[in-house]
Amino acid sequence: MARHVVATVGEIAPGSCKIVTVRGREIGVFNVKDEYYALINRCPHEGADLCLGPVIPRFESDRVGDYKLTHHGEMLRCPWHGWEFDIKTGQSWCHPDSVKARSYPVEVVPGEALAKGPFVAETVPVIIEQNYIVLDV
Amino acid sequence: MSTPAPGAIDCDIHPALPSMRTLLPYLDDYWRAHVQMRGLERDNYTASAFPPNAPINARPDWKPAAGAPGSDLSTLQSQVLDTFQSRYAICNVLHGAPAIFSEDLSAAFCRAINDWMRVEWLDRDPRLRASIVVPMHSPDLAAKEIERCAADPRFVQVLVWEMTEIPLGRRINWPILRACETHDLPLGVHAGSSYRHPPTNLGWPSYYLEDYVSWSTGFAGVLNSLISEGAFVEFPRLKVVLMESGVSWLPAWMWRLNKTWRGVRAEVPWLDKSPAEYAREHVRLTIQPFDTPPKVEQLLKIIEEIDCEDMLLFSTDYPHWHFDGTDAVPDGLPERLVKKILVDNPLKTYSRLT
Amino acid sequence: MNVTVADRRPDNSSQSKLGIVDCDVHPYMKSPADLDPYLSERWRQHRQEIGARTRGPFAAAPNFPRMSPGTGMRHDAWPKNGGHPGSDLPLMREQLLDPFDVAYGLMMPLLGRGGDERNVEFGAALAHAANQWEAEVWCDAEPRLKAGIQITTEYTEAAIKEIELRAGDRRFTHVMVPPRGLEPLGRRRYWKILEACAANGFSIALHLGGTSGHPSTGGGWPSFYHEEHPSYPQSKEALLTSLVVEGVFEHIPNLRIALVEGGFAWIPSLCWRLDKHYKRLKAEVPHLKMLPSEYVRQNIWVTTQPIEEPEKPEDLLATCEWIGWDRIMFSTDYPHWDQDDPRYAFKVPLPEKEKRMIFRDNAMAFYGLNA
Repeated sequence: MARHVVATVGEIAPGSCKIVTVRGREIGVFNVKDEYYALINRCPHEGADLCLGPVIPRFESDRVGDYKLTHHGEMLRCPWHGWEFDIKTGQSWCHPDSVKARSYPVEVVPGEALAKGPFVAETVPVIIEQNYIVLDV
Repeated sequence: MSTPAPGAIDCDIHPALPSMRTLLPYLDDYWRAHVQMRGLERDNYTASAFPPNAPINARPDWKPAAGAPGSDLSTLQSQVLDTFQSRYAICNVLHGAPAIFSEDLSAAFCRAINDWMRVEWLDRDPRLRASIVVPMHSPDLAAKEIERCAADPRFVQVLVWEMTEIPLGRRINWPILRACETHDLPLGVHAGSSYRHPPTNLGWPSYYLEDYVSWSTGFAGVLNSLISEGAFVEFPRLKVVLMESGVSWLPAWMWRLNKTWRGVRAEVPWLDKSPAEYAREHVRLTIQPFDTPPKVEQLLKIIEEIDCEDMLLFSTDYPHWHFDGTDAVPDGLPERLVKKILVDNPLKTYSRLT
Repeated sequence: MNVTVADRRPDNSSQSKLGIVDCDVHPYMKSPADLDPYLSERWRQHRQEIGARTRGPFAAAPNFPRMSPGTGMRHDAWPKNGGHPGSDLPLMREQLLDPFDVAYGLMMPLLGRGGDERNVEFGAALAHAANQWEAEVWCDAEPRLKAGIQITTEYTEAAIKEIELRAGDRRFTHVMVPPRGLEPLGRRRYWKILEACAANGFSIALHLGGTSGHPSTGGGWPSFYHEEHPSYPQSKEALLTSLVVEGVFEHIPNLRIALVEGGFAWIPSLCWRLDKHYKRLKAEVPHLKMLPSEYVRQNIWVTTQPIEEPEKPEDLLATCEWIGWDRIMFSTDYPHWDQDDPRYAFKVPLPEKEKRMIFRDNAMAFYGLNA
């Protein structure tokens, strides 16, 4: 495991995702209401580029014929077969315990802390005044 | 196939109505006069889904010298109740009355059939139980008939056909489902069609064999409907019994609907578990006919894939012809499972049986 | 169910070295006007003024709305320069033909086809135009793609004429017979068309879909796509039952039929069912000389997508065994939402020999493709 600087805070708008490549893996970094989460860019079902799917709320129901939206902006729907995943945990809606998209720890680190290391900053130049998104991979 | 142990519960036998005239004493004054004015007691409203003389519907040694197979109590007693030494047998009358287009006339005939069943069958043999025949194209009248009959504990189930006008799970049919749940009556869905539509989505086939084979696809449609519409969410205690379905189609159906659900479930967000889990909890199937594969290990694989020992219920499907002699249980099933199929599962399914 | 999440993308594994055959690829038009160059003035005008008249409630949408845009397309298959998924050859190459080393892709166009058209003259004109479009726009630009001959089964003479017109044209490998005509396909009214397929050396692909006007179930119209999508196998069961029981294969023993986009796990139980009840009702169908399952074994092939996903993935192996490995052909269904990826479709490792049969050899032989 190593910590990788993958983006600056501000670079990924709320509700969107930046796909980065770290140690040969494509990983999608999501901004959910200014909190950051990372999922592997591959659906555990049939290998689609998962993070290209739409970010959606949860479509739920308390009883038949009633409909409600919850967890706005917290679900990712696979661009192929439509399987839904919780961006915060990688758990699938249908089989939360057995089908998960791999997730990675993300933290926001000030530039001055980064200067002390050890971090890998392959593509993102680091300056002291900026805050950075750091992935543990 | 092997012989079931004595004391089994036979969940599907078919007493037959000898003729429409039989119903006259059981119609109220208005409907008796109405029927006689039109001469309907001389007509034959046998369900076309079950031509009574087709070999599959009339086992040769169960065919009486006169009258329709299953129309005589003493013959039925000796051929099925005594022979199999059943503890109970559940009567499912497959008559055309529920398919009559006039909702009120259909309801009148269904009431008469249920009263005829009570007086001429249930009162005469304590081993017999029955399903309530309902005008299934008229959910409100059907629910009313269920309410009326439910007071008699010998009615243990409600009988509908798999193919009617509108898929069973549709909300318009919920009065029937609600009445079933309220009175602890499983919804018994039997093979057959009222032919409001062709039996397949390709249109009308030429041969009865094609219709018969299509019954299993109709059951898949019934389950797709009941599950998708949320019937088991709205009626959590509802049990559904599929009768004469063939059984071995079930695993492939489970795999397919589970697969659709994973991608499409947002359309029916009330489902909180997989379709196969709803089926294992709520759906039961009678074992005749069982479309068994040629090899025992294939049958065991199907049983393993169904992965639920509670789902199968013993039946002879008397007088239909799916086996010879008393070989009503498919060979090769584990003994523990057979015991569940013969007694435990029926008792758990039909809470009115004790 | 347990799914292992591997961290790294797999290499395209052994399938890529095979050069696979994809038995279900959907080319789309950029617009309905794409067919205009191949329609006469009379039918161009008809298309513009009246348009398609089928047997459903909506002029230009399916009965059951899909769950992703474009009536159920893969989300990532929309060309960047506009147009419908499946309408852009470079993107099809990039997403399908190149990465999976597709040796041949069997095209099954679904839009603009004439099979469902109520005006059978217009239907025949549309089918003819769509065939020209397939051959010129797709096959001539990309020889890995093979065309399906579209026909309207409700206009026998035109259908036969179209089949005969394409005989000998190596761009065409199969006849796409619409599976949901006005009557079940095994009925005698369609035999002349089926005879023409066999006589001209074409295999038949029965791709699901179409609007016969009959409800999707024998018990009426369902409410949800959540019911319609899983009803496709039941439609396939009815199709197979009709072809076998009506005696089509007794009449045309060399007919070769592929059932496309219905999955396949339902086949064994249907065969057991047909055989069992045939034995009781034999007298009704004296034209059958073999067990129903024997006709299936002789005349029927099946494509994989949408592949069934058993709760225990290894259960699929027994199913394949029961059907016969030599009768199963891989398909993606690109660019639809429920398409299968050749690397992941089977959740259980296949033996090398059987993998080769399913991903390549069976289809090469079935469609008469050159190695």
